[in-house]
Amino acid sequence: MSRIATRFAKLKAEGRGALVTYLQAFDPDRATSLEILRGLPAAGADIIEIGVPFSDPMADGPSIQKAGLRALKAGATVPGVLDLVREIRATEAETPIVLMGYYNPVMSYGVDRFCADAAAAGVDGLIIVDVPPEEADEVEPHCRAHGLDLIRLIAPTTDEARLPRVLGATTGFIYYVSITGITGTRSADYASLAPAVAALKRHTELPVAIGFGIRSPEQAAIAASVADGAVVGTALVDALAASLTAEGQATPATVDAVLAPVRHLAAAIRSGRRRAA
Amino acid sequence: MNTPLPNSLRQGPDNRGRFGSFGGRFVAETLMPLILEVEKAYEAARRDAAFQDEWRRLLTHYVGRPSPLWYAQRLTEHLRKSAPAGMGAKVYFKREELNHTGAHKINAVLGQILLAKKMGKTRIIAETGAGQHGVATATACALMDLPCVVYMGATDVERQQPNVFRMKLLGAEVRPVTSGAATLKDAMNEGLRDWVANVHDTYYCIGTVAGPAPYPQMVRDFQSVIGIETREQILAAEGRLPDALVCAVGGGSSAMGLFHPFLDDKEVAMWGVEAAGRGLDTHEHAASINRGRPGVLHGNKTYLLQDGDGQITEAHSISAGLDYPGIGPEHAWLHEIGRVTYVGIDDQEALNAFQICSRLEGIIPALESAHGLAQVLKLAPTMARDRIIVLNLSGRGDKDIFTVAKHLGEKI
Repeated sequence: MSRIATRFAKLKAEGRGALVTYLQAFDPDRATSLEILRGLPAAGADIIEIGVPFSDPMADGPSIQKAGLRALKAGATVPGVLDLVREIRATEAETPIVLMGYYNPVMSYGVDRFCADAAAAGVDGLIIVDVPPEEADEVEPHCRAHGLDLIRLIAPTTDEARLPRVLGATTGFIYYVSITGITGTRSADYASLAPAVAALKRHTELPVAIGFGIRSPEQAAIAASVADGAVVGTALVDALAASLTAEGQATPATVDAVLAPVRHLAAAIRSGRRRAA
Repeated sequence: MNTPLPNSLRQGPDNRGRFGSFGGRFVAETLMPLILEVEKAYEAARRDAAFQDEWRRLLTHYVGRPSPLWYAQRLTEHLRKSAPAGMGAKVYFKREELNHTGAHKINAVLGQILLAKKMGKTRIIAETGAGQHGVATATACALMDLPCVVYMGATDVERQQPNVFRMKLLGAEVRPVTSGAATLKDAMNEGLRDWVANVHDTYYCIGTVAGPAPYPQMVRDFQSVIGIETREQILAAEGRLPDALVCAVGGGSSAMGLFHPFLDDKEVAMWGVEAAGRGLDTHEHAASINRGRPGVLHGNKTYLLQDGDGQITEAHSISAGLDYPGIGPEHAWLHEIGRVTYVGIDDQEALNAFQICSRLEGIIPALESAHGLAQVLKLAPTMARDRIIVLNLSGRGDKDIFTVAKHLGEKI
């Protein structure tokens, strides 16, 4: 069983959903980024999603756009990100690591070589935002060959007719985009989440994580209880950004500025389970 | 090229929106259902006589089509003077600069806005670089009573003030984009972000033959009116097809519009002219085919300017309309199969052509079109006198007089 499947199975047995955290690699610099990412499991993150910086992040809001620019300025490259994962994996054997990004840097690196090197570095799954199922043959065979899960986004606009096609191309877990929009710009409509997830569950056995509109511990707890996990990205990136100097440099407060909210999110998700039980 | 050419080069794209390996639909899942909806609506509109009639009516009575095919006699004679004996091809201009709003852009905008109405969309968004596509979209939205938001890089807003004001006069809202380098590619990113957030009521009117399928095909089809007219006009004037077609390419909509109806005519050579900026061997140009490599951006696979790590790099050209780090996917394919030759013309060559055209023909061309003309100035003296070249004079240069004055060291 893959690390992702193992982790979801374990959490299911515990009766709670997963906390999935998203941060951009190299934000605001390599050393700080490494320290934060390494601290995530102890702070309560169940799955670590790492953004691969891209110059033109079309599905991201202002916060993550700025994070990407900081990361690129700090020297982030595809080999650099894979190297970072290798270092995290050296001390963290169990927590799944998912890379999320856009297709062009992957294509530029070489899709097959990327999948091989990512798997060797300790990556468990990929989310490539701008490769929909219609273009899946560009990446799917390479992911499969190297044992990487290919996690897909499902949006509120994905209709019933399209659903089987998207689900059929997905492994690992489903990433349900809870808003129509870019990351971090709207709040999810929590009343509509449960029916939306229930509709998905009629079509798939895969775990479902909800993301794009989740900021607070309370929202995360709701999302993680109606689905199998909650993804929090922009809120953490904002917390990180708020700790930086005016020039965008890390300060002694930066690492804990991210890990403290992760602890709160984790605590809320864990107590959400108790309430539900 | 070892691969045999297919029977017709005019059949693309395939059902995946690909021209060879280029094109496709590389968008986030949220947009995917809408892209497919646009495709379906466009397929229906192509076969809908009432839709086509309405578009034709607008082209005739609002845009002023057909645009003339002008024999540039003084320019032809000027080039013959310095050409070897017996050389100096006859040069014609396809005068798209006479269209309402001053460029070819309006042809495809009217088609797209009619489509948006047919789809029941009530809000239009667009991106613009130099402002020509923004002005055309704002114009069509004023005519058809639709709210219009135009995304424009803050850098471009600064250097294209007259067009910003035009858009405002036409009732559009211009939103300056400060992300990234604040130019055309960032404006396109922002357009796509807006669309993702407003899919229920919004139509994204893309200005060139790029973006996810069906845009490259749809914009090309609407712009093909240029080539279809040119064909009829040159047959009427000369009794035969031209020997060469020349057009500047940024995204490449004016060039696709001229080239497409001639793609199967093997005797017609085609030249796509990229902006070489400060030179192809500097880092400041917009020559995606000559200096880029295949990648994926803005929904399609095509040639892109990018660094070794797949990060998109900034384009540069004296012409804001060519200042884009990519090119339409059909051009990428026509390059790979060798049907069209893509060359570079630098800022200085374009400036020279701009002035020659103004003085010899009494036509102030857009800086984009001046790139095409500069290639004609090189090409015509190498071709015999009985040969014919058609240049797509895609836009007029009123918008560029401030830029040109600055480069000539004049204050206006």
